[in-house]
Amino acid sequence: MTPGDAAVPTTLSLQQALFEYALRLGDTSLILSHRLSEWCSHAPELEEEVALMNIALDLIGQARALLTYAGEVEDKGRDEDALAYHRDERDWRNLLLVEQPNGDFAQTMARQFLYDAFAVEFYGALRQSRDERLAAIAAKALKEVSYHLRHSSQWVLRLGDGTDESHRRMQHGIDELWQYTGELFRMDEVDRMLIAAGIAVDLEALRPAWNARVGDVLSEATLIRPADAWMQDGGKLKGLHSEHLGRLLAEMQFVQRAYPGLRW
Amino acid sequence: MSAVESAEHRVWAVLEQVPDPEIPVLSVVDLGIARAVRVDEQGVEVTITPTYSGCPAMHAIEQEIRSALAGAGLAPVRVRTVLDPAWSTDWMSESGKRKLAEYGIAPPGPASCAGTAPLQWRVRCPRCGSLATRLLSEFGSTACKALYQCRECLEPFDYFKPL
Repeated sequence: MTPGDAAVPTTLSLQQALFEYALRLGDTSLILSHRLSEWCSHAPELEEEVALMNIALDLIGQARALLTYAGEVEDKGRDEDALAYHRDERDWRNLLLVEQPNGDFAQTMARQFLYDAFAVEFYGALRQSRDERLAAIAAKALKEVSYHLRHSSQWVLRLGDGTDESHRRMQHGIDELWQYTGELFRMDEVDRMLIAAGIAVDLEALRPAWNARVGDVLSEATLIRPADAWMQDGGKLKGLHSEHLGRLLAEMQFVQRAYPGLRW
Repeated sequence: MSAVESAEHRVWAVLEQVPDPEIPVLSVVDLGIARAVRVDEQGVEVTITPTYSGCPAMHAIEQEIRSALAGAGLAPVRVRTVLDPAWSTDWMSESGKRKLAEYGIAPPGPASCAGTAPLQWRVRCPRCGSLATRLLSEFGSTACKALYQCRECLEPFDYFKPL
């Protein structure tokens, strides 16, 4: 939250804010899930492929619950599928971090680790939400992302404290993605309104725990924590994405755009 | 026992025969997926909860519950899915855990072993009973399982993860 944001006049209703909030969370889960699914049949080993697909499946489950809820709150007849397949790039509210390409396996794990370390803190806090639906989704998601974090932390350790080659690749992954970590904690009037109502999580309060966890794992992995320089911003709050999201959506949405309403 | 209680009793008896589509040795009752049963003037209401958010078997489970109850003359059926409270492996019945081990899947340790701490629980090989086992992968053939290997008999096996 920057001081300038406070000057924006609030014309949001609580309903609009809640829709937006659920959408941001659901979009982030869905896009990360889709990115992981791109490893299907390409993972470095079979066990790891199974792991990546399981994590993708957990995330898609979380996305379905969140987007279904967003659609109900919005009350304009859009269900999870309408939200997933019939929105253009500028209407997506996912974190920029999760739309970044997979890169090599180290970069995928770096992305997963930076997100998982946030998700564990976030869903832990969202369990206390006064919104019963969000609290229930969070309680379920927390159990799942705890396993994801354990898995991604292990890979950061193994590759960071591995061979020269694996160390170089993991450091590169962390360095490339660090600029997207500032957005994890960004908030706007949607957050402020819902925090006041006891519904949303104050993201700023999660920063120390995230910093501590990420710092510990990176240092144990003999990796260097990048300096907090310029941070990319705008995906979650404004729908301003990197060039990568459009291509992802083109693939993910193709069938429903070509044959609207098609069912298996 | 009232008529309603006796009808609810019958519903539970039918549910105990409905297998989980991915682990057919367990029923939806053994797994703790079937949470509640209510019989009223509108028919039968069964409340279920997913093991994992993305469990792809939920739709199949709902269909199986509907057809099993209809087959037993218990209709109309409403199936309600709830997320709260979040499913836990601690809800698995003792007989369910026994059946799981006999089937070749190591049953889950206490849910307090789940989460971010490293695996502290010693997993017993369902084939030879040895405790000398090692984790191969945190994620196995379904969302709810991890992949282990026995150091004694060398067989790989699934471990139902505590959640």
